[in-house]
Amino acid sequence: MAKTLMKGSEAIAEAAIRAGARYFFGYPITPQTEIPEYMSARMFDPDVNGCFLQAESEVAAINMIYGAAGTGARAITSSSSPGISLKQEGISYCAGAMLPCVILNVMRGGPGLGNIQASQGDYFQAVKGGGNGDYHLLTYAPSSVQEAVDIMMFAYDKAEQYRIPVLFIADGIIAQMMEPVEMPEMVDFKIDPEKKPWACTGWKPGDDPEKRGVINSIYIDTESLSEHNAVLQAMYAEVTKNEQMWENYNCEGAEYIITAFGTVARIAKSAIDQLKAEGINVGLVRPITVWPFPYKAVADAVNADGVKAVLDVELNEGQMIEDVKIAVNGAKPIDFFGHCGSQMPTTDEIVAKIKSMKEGK
Amino acid sequence: MSVVFERTKLLTDKTFHYCPGCNHGIIHRLVAESIEELEKEGVIEEGKVIGVAPVGCSVFAYDYFNCDMYEAAHGRAPAVATGAKRVVGKDTLVFTYQGDGDLASIGTAEIVHAAHRGEHICTIFVNNAIYGMTGGQMAPTTLVGQKTTTSPKGRDEAWCGAPIRVAEMLSTIPGAYYIERCAVNNNANIMKTKKAIKKAFTYQMQGKGFCLIEVLSTCPTNWGLSPIEAMKWLEENMIPYYPLGVKKDKEAE
Repeated sequence: MAKTLMKGSEAIAEAAIRAGARYFFGYPITPQTEIPEYMSARMFDPDVNGCFLQAESEVAAINMIYGAAGTGARAITSSSSPGISLKQEGISYCAGAMLPCVILNVMRGGPGLGNIQASQGDYFQAVKGGGNGDYHLLTYAPSSVQEAVDIMMFAYDKAEQYRIPVLFIADGIIAQMMEPVEMPEMVDFKIDPEKKPWACTGWKPGDDPEKRGVINSIYIDTESLSEHNAVLQAMYAEVTKNEQMWENYNCEGAEYIITAFGTVARIAKSAIDQLKAEGINVGLVRPITVWPFPYKAVADAVNADGVKAVLDVELNEGQMIEDVKIAVNGAKPIDFFGHCGSQMPTTDEIVAKIKSMKEGK
Repeated sequence: MSVVFERTKLLTDKTFHYCPGCNHGIIHRLVAESIEELEKEGVIEEGKVIGVAPVGCSVFAYDYFNCDMYEAAHGRAPAVATGAKRVVGKDTLVFTYQGDGDLASIGTAEIVHAAHRGEHICTIFVNNAIYGMTGGQMAPTTLVGQKTTTSPKGRDEAWCGAPIRVAEMLSTIPGAYYIERCAVNNNANIMKTKKAIKKAFTYQMQGKGFCLIEVLSTCPTNWGLSPIEAMKWLEENMIPYYPLGVKKDKEAE
């Protein structure tokens, strides 16, 4: 199939539609506004026949997702960091009510209003909490437009299989750059009440009580809330067992292991290639799912013979490094290189950092 | 022996958790009976009903209304109902059931914009001038001078404003189709409330637009009054400030 040159945000939006998303609710915020703009036209094409609605706020948009997903439809919202903060209440409700849906965060600099440039500063928010309560989101951190598209094509299947909301954290670069993309075929998705007996698909007194749609996250007595959380935790254990994704690059015989995600991992690869040409062998472990985090994959790469130390590189002040530390568990020294304020780490900076580690600085 | 009266099928047999004398029981029944009657009249197809109740005293409404139900975040029911309605379309009745602490305070953006979009949903807005679930705090609808746990000396207009009249406010929004304020303090008003609810539901099924029925209601527990005293207090204090009647009806215009 031929590749077409597409802007990241538009490719991701088109992929969501091809994966069956028919309901988009969102609010404008840079640097992801191209997603709602694209959806506002594309959703009404005859081959899509879906719904785009500009909400009054991010708070309302995520609650519209709660409403649409509760009927069994494939719904999506997108935003950027400050807007994702506003969605956290609704995201927690979606997690509590076990509603399959997709949420896109095109990350920009923070905290507060920050700036509108690329950032990876929402890692903690994405994988360590965000909203209230004991919940997780199946969280993907694509490092190319094509990868974001490919993940989108199975994101709803995973969300529905486990009844878990899926979050994409893409730094602004992924949304803003143009890359050649191979766009998959449109899937034929229809709401199937048999597959989603929990959904509000129409129920009347006398019907099977088990099939009445009750979209809910309140369990007022201690026993029923414990039972509900046990169900969630069992599901998270399954997701953790089955859904970890990562990429290893040049790890064979590596002297150092870099850990990085998203766009930063691509820069790390360039640095690794440059170092290799200079005779320094460095590997990369790139988590693609940041929740569940591929702890074992990182540990396996770092514990290999010959690995002296780990360098974690991020477009923030060091967030994923906490998971890297859990994975490495003190076995090897871990160093960090990163920038805040949305200044992308450069290949030269990473090369220089590895060399300084080699020199024992 | 023939059956002359039975509980509407649109309510489950779950025992209400509401306090003695609370009007939620009456209003639940009016909503449920309205749906059942409209189903019998062929206005609503049986089984095509979705209710949304957010945080507040009616947070457990999903246990009482015998249809597909959502429990929503505080104030967000109109947004949740919007998301659901946009999927299920014109053939399914979608209603929200919200209190005044919820709708008139934390949920003002959601209700204003649901009305603004002319969203094809109905809202049953139960106004008892106080936060019930959290134990009697001041609401935007609390009357001037009314004592609550967060206005122990009575609501001071100079400090926190005068109570908001939601029905009148929403009736100024072009997207709103039908807005009426009712009360359930006596039989005549209960019958009027039911008529208004049925009209709103019928308008939705006809694809007319956003409808809201504000229902003045008592909270004997948090007002510190007996149920009968509370009804009297509602008549003497709430109805003069919150006048009953149709605030907007595009059909009649």
